[in-house]
Amino acid sequence: MNESTPARKTPLYSLHLELGARMAPFGGFDMPIQYDSIINEHHATRRQATLFDTCHMGEFIIEGNGALATLENLVTCPVADLACGACRYGLMCGEDGGTIDDLLIYREADTRYMMVVNAGTQDGDFKWVSDHLAPQTDIRNISEDTGKIDLQGPQSPALLDALMPGVSTGLGYFRFRAAQWQGQPVTVSRTGYTGERGYEIYLAPSQAEPFWREAMRVGAVPAGLGARDTLRLESGLPLYGHELRRDRNAATTALTRAVSPNKPFIGAEALRSPEARHQTLAGLLLHGRQAAREGDILSTVDGAEVGTVTSGSFGPSVGAAIAMAVINRGLAVPDTELLIRTARKPLPCKVVPLPFYTGTARS
Amino acid sequence: MTPSDRRYTETHEWVKIEKGLAVVGISDHAQKALGDITFVELPDTDQTVEQDDECGVIESVKAASDIYAPIGGTIVEVNDGLDSTPEIVNEDPYGEGWIFKLANFDKDQFEDLLDAADYEAMNEEEDEE
Repeated sequence: MNESTPARKTPLYSLHLELGARMAPFGGFDMPIQYDSIINEHHATRRQATLFDTCHMGEFIIEGNGALATLENLVTCPVADLACGACRYGLMCGEDGGTIDDLLIYREADTRYMMVVNAGTQDGDFKWVSDHLAPQTDIRNISEDTGKIDLQGPQSPALLDALMPGVSTGLGYFRFRAAQWQGQPVTVSRTGYTGERGYEIYLAPSQAEPFWREAMRVGAVPAGLGARDTLRLESGLPLYGHELRRDRNAATTALTRAVSPNKPFIGAEALRSPEARHQTLAGLLLHGRQAAREGDILSTVDGAEVGTVTSGSFGPSVGAAIAMAVINRGLAVPDTELLIRTARKPLPCKVVPLPFYTGTARS
Repeated sequence: MTPSDRRYTETHEWVKIEKGLAVVGISDHAQKALGDITFVELPDTDQTVEQDDECGVIESVKAASDIYAPIGGTIVEVNDGLDSTPEIVNEDPYGEGWIFKLANFDKDQFEDLLDAADYEAMNEEEDEE
């Protein structure tokens, strides 16, 4: 971010300060990294239920007779078979196959979709989509008028019942529905970024702070971006700017579920080219607690360079250091022993299947 | 409160003389700044270190920080318990969370370190910046 650009604040900013959060810039916003302890907030998400401020994310409405054609051309996942009330994860790529952003597509009505994108990329995303609209299609950026709070953890259905009785009933994974909270319209989506059962709640910005306070009153624990990062890493979920980058072919990141094998879309040829398959994303389990960090070089035990670490941390639920890395496809075989070069001694690790940890998300 | 029975460095280590050895750890201020500590790389024993030598690393979920020898001496003991439970440094930085002990240490260097009041004043100045 340009240093002359002041960090933006979400509608929950003053509440974060009141709760004693440690704040830091993320995606152009001043965001809470932790309130008390990253590890406590991580475990609270795995065992109870936590709240995350995700108001910084961007939301666009894409509407009209050309909305479906627009999205099919722009995103890697199939859109035509998406039912009203369902949402799907996909990527938006350039012609060269590099990732512009990762996102969720919500089908709200026959010809109306909501696209939810990352905070730091939302301005570029809006321009990209606007420049590629099919005829008879409108786009509106509703980010400023949309608050978003994630309620995540195995106790989140019970807490949602306390906040909005009946809304969680029958709401399947990657499904959403319109609801009301204190007489105001909200959208509740059974999705998240933690690997745990949970909800993403879209609401008016003015509702964000009262909703957060009420959710805390019924038992939800505030959690910051620090825990969000360890939770998503354990769950093998990519983070834009780390695993997913504009200068890295999206095929490398092995998100086979998010990429249609046959439909045409911008970047499809590059993603399906043989060169794009030389490397792939892999999980690494380190042999101790010392963490690898993004950018560390991976080598074979003989010293040949074979990849780069994209994210690394101690995994609180795994109990050891874990990392994701882009490595030569031939080595992405479980139990392959590799070395991670660091500023000090090399760290031994082995390739393991993703995710590192399976939470309650689908249960 | 910063204990006044020991001395401090500008890099946030503390040194306490106990039974003829210089015990070294990191301050409460330092453990708070790091957050949840997940790994401590302990120095090898029986090695002689000079003042300000790097002799370990502390990692938290979000950061890594070098540990420096606050004074010269010979490392004779390390806190092995930190291998499996590094969070002790968060829980009791001035007691059970000690990191290593020095024999034959440099008493003049010890006398020149910050006392508790000066160390607190330094942190307050840093916080204001």
